Amino acid sequence: MHFDTTTFELPQMLRRRRNDASDGLQVNGDMPRRTFLKVATASGFALGAFPLAATAQGAAPADAGLKPTQQPSAFVRINRDGIVVVTINRLDFGQGVQTGLPMILAEELDADWFKVRSEHGNADPAYVDPAFGMHLTGGSNSIKNSYTQYRELGARTRAMLVSAAAAQWGVSANTLRTEKGSVIGPGGKKLGYGELADAAMKLPVPEKVALKDPKQFRIIGKPTVRLDARAKSSGQQGYGIDVRLPGMLTAVVARPLVFAAKLKSVDDTAAKTVKGVKAVLRVPVDRGGEGVAVIADGYWAAKQGRDALKLEWDTAGVEKADTAKLLASYRELAKKPGAMKYNTDVSKLASAPKKISAEYSFPYLAHAPMEPLNCTVAFTGSAAELWMGTQMPGLDAMAASKVLGVPPTAIKVNTQMAGGGFGRRAIPTSDYVVEACQVAKAARAAGLNAPVRTLWSREDDIKGGYYRPMHVHRAEIGFDDKGNILAWDHVIVGQSILKGSPFEEFMVKDGIDATMVEGMKEPYDVPMRLSVHHPQVNVPVLWWRSVGSTHTAYAMETLLDEVARATKQDPVALRMKLMGDKHPRHKAALQLAVDKSGYGKRKLAAGRAWGVAVHESFESVVAYVVEASIVKGAPKLHQVTAGVHCNLAVNPASVEAQVQGAALMGLSMCLPGAAITLKDGVVQQSNFGDFMVPRITDMPQIAVHIVPSAEPPTGMGEPGLPPLAPAFANAIARLTGSTPRELPFKLA
Amino acid sequence: MATLNINGKDLSVDAGPSTPLLWALRDTLGLSGTKFGCGQGLCGACTVHLNGAPVRSCVTPVSAAAGQKITTIEAIGADGVGKAVQDAWVKHDVVQCGYCQSGQVMSATALLKSKRKPTDADIDAAMAGNICRCGTYARVRSAIKDAASQLT
Repeated sequence: MHFDTTTFELPQMLRRRRNDASDGLQVNGDMPRRTFLKVATASGFALGAFPLAATAQGAAPADAGLKPTQQPSAFVRINRDGIVVVTINRLDFGQGVQTGLPMILAEELDADWFKVRSEHGNADPAYVDPAFGMHLTGGSNSIKNSYTQYRELGARTRAMLVSAAAAQWGVSANTLRTEKGSVIGPGGKKLGYGELADAAMKLPVPEKVALKDPKQFRIIGKPTVRLDARAKSSGQQGYGIDVRLPGMLTAVVARPLVFAAKLKSVDDTAAKTVKGVKAVLRVPVDRGGEGVAVIADGYWAAKQGRDALKLEWDTAGVEKADTAKLLASYRELAKKPGAMKYNTDVSKLASAPKKISAEYSFPYLAHAPMEPLNCTVAFTGSAAELWMGTQMPGLDAMAASKVLGVPPTAIKVNTQMAGGGFGRRAIPTSDYVVEACQVAKAARAAGLNAPVRTLWSREDDIKGGYYRPMHVHRAEIGFDDKGNILAWDHVIVGQSILKGSPFEEFMVKDGIDATMVEGMKEPYDVPMRLSVHHPQVNVPVLWWRSVGSTHTAYAMETLLDEVARATKQDPVALRMKLMGDKHPRHKAALQLAVDKSGYGKRKLAAGRAWGVAVHESFESVVAYVVEASIVKGAPKLHQVTAGVHCNLAVNPASVEAQVQGAALMGLSMCLPGAAITLKDGVVQQSNFGDFMVPRITDMPQIAVHIVPSAEPPTGMGEPGLPPLAPAFANAIARLTGSTPRELPFKLA
Repeated sequence: MATLNINGKDLSVDAGPSTPLLWALRDTLGLSGTKFGCGQGLCGACTVHLNGAPVRSCVTPVSAAAGQKITTIEAIGADGVGKAVQDAWVKHDVVQCGYCQSGQVMSATALLKSKRKPTDADIDAAMAGNICRCGTYARVRSAIKDAASQLT
């Protein structure tokens, strides 16, 4: 049976979205299961005992009609020694799903946690996000969308093991119970899962399974150390950059300094004399530009070869973006309404007793994950294997198939643990994958029959995009003496992330990119007119951890505070009042942060001020109460108290870590040097010396508190970021009398 | 060809004298626990010990490392201080993406080798050269304090 990856990938998601106005991005992995089984086997799951069930089930009479995403055989391997290996359907790049997803499965399986391991899945159809129908790690969706999926996978596996034990003992399955990796029978008889795996795999997979009452959980909800803690503390964890294949070569690419420029001339005489350099090849690069790949036996030789190139670029006809000029033009645009998101009547502005006029600017920001971008490609001419950390392996596989001219079925993606990402590895253009494939293709054409690793330097990363877009916000707010908001007119200017991408069709509506306005207005019941402008600029842009909320939360939460200050109200009380009864999770998170911080009850040290902000993103709510001061003219964040509402915290230790990390990344937006600027089309920053990221000396004291809940979890990879900068800014505003309108902070 | 003493063994390395030690370790010897982060000594991901002192291997040429005792993350656990640091790293669940953590562990170990009872200021000063983009700094501090208490 022919299986075409593309039918299960993004285009299908888009088609379904179009046909199904009711929403939901509900995609049924409706691929015939036999096909899945074939794919699963063909793509070479390392079969231990249990997954043989996949092939066995193919012939089994009781075909439960389960989707690939529901088949235990693709997700659980039980070795004969009782080790349980759980495959995760996501990229782990620090956020902890490599531990969280196995916890969920192990809970329903009643596994012995100390025998649980985990591994990354690949671009096989079983590993799509069950809600989106595509391979995607993003939008803080991993735990949220796979919670029920992984519980059911665990419960199905457990049921099969129990049935196997019942058959062996000749008793009814309902007389048996399970505990820590064993089935326990009458009279205390006991069989380990490892002993039962061979028999269990021959049994049919049950379709319907009962799940535990959350009160019975003994793994979910317990603070749990990451499964990779030891490997990552001892240099044993492999990442994409560490992949080593026999004969592998390394390429570095000279890319145009102005995006999309082409080559005028190449002098590679000196480059070719560098010891270790194998070839110097012209290659197409992102955005229609041209570049030169230097391929060598290692990174250092390749880089030296690149340094020795003499290149002339043709930048005629290419827009040379300049952030100073862009800022001026954005400010002009912001004075007029754009495409309307909320077309509310704001005529009361004119007669409002009190008014605030504000203009904010937010710069381009680089993701700068610690592991420089890389992708290794082994291309045989008719098939290819890829190794890289990626948030969208399915989309990347399709892009690779196009570049290499081989069918998607001939592409195998090996998803690697990634050293951070923050959005950079979920790239609709698959830029670094496409480029690595172009290099591999050119290398093969030049007679180099070896796998090629294309590796970016830090300079390539900082200068090469993609970036969080630059934005300008402009707001006019009219309110009365009691802080009742009568009219709020708000305009946002910034490039669309999604225009021109495969996501445009369902995430750009009426000319408005949904990722730019997310986080506006809610949870406050205010009469807001909101409109946007999306200028086209020759700078590649992308989502950056928490996406639109990186700027919308800042504007919303600092403006709210200004209304509170202008009407002499407590900023917490005003927020609670405006939220009314509609937002219990916001209120609970904010109240928890207030209570735990001692806000309003504790006297602060001299020179310090409180700052408060609360924001929902990706369905989780985080509130911060912070203490800040001004030290030698510079804003300093001392103490952060977080109140978090993410429903059930699957791994509270991981939630805490994500909030700590996201808070620091939120703080990074405020600190000096957190900006990418361009002059005459050229990015002016190049490394951590001029694109500054926080260091340990910037880390505030931080306490994270979670609102207890047994409701199905919402994600926590991103929601800790947005409220940090506005909480800090609100504290600074209380000290200086004015809100920082420009990020990173510049005090007047 | 150079001879380098790495983790107690003399190894001959096919790398020119100006090649950074980082690339001799990673690409030539296959010791990939030491990480490439910036290439300019700005982020600390490539930290190794030269005679017990932390250096950034991305800006340390092979010629400067020859004749010295080089210790990498692969072997630091064999050292009592290094082991205490790694154990504390696990206990405090420090890592997230983990990519910078080889360097963090090497810097922390060097600190505790020279100062068994570091103050908060000592910790911040010793670790300020190691960037963690995931923001694990709070747990880095706790783990170092814990390791210090285990060592006394």
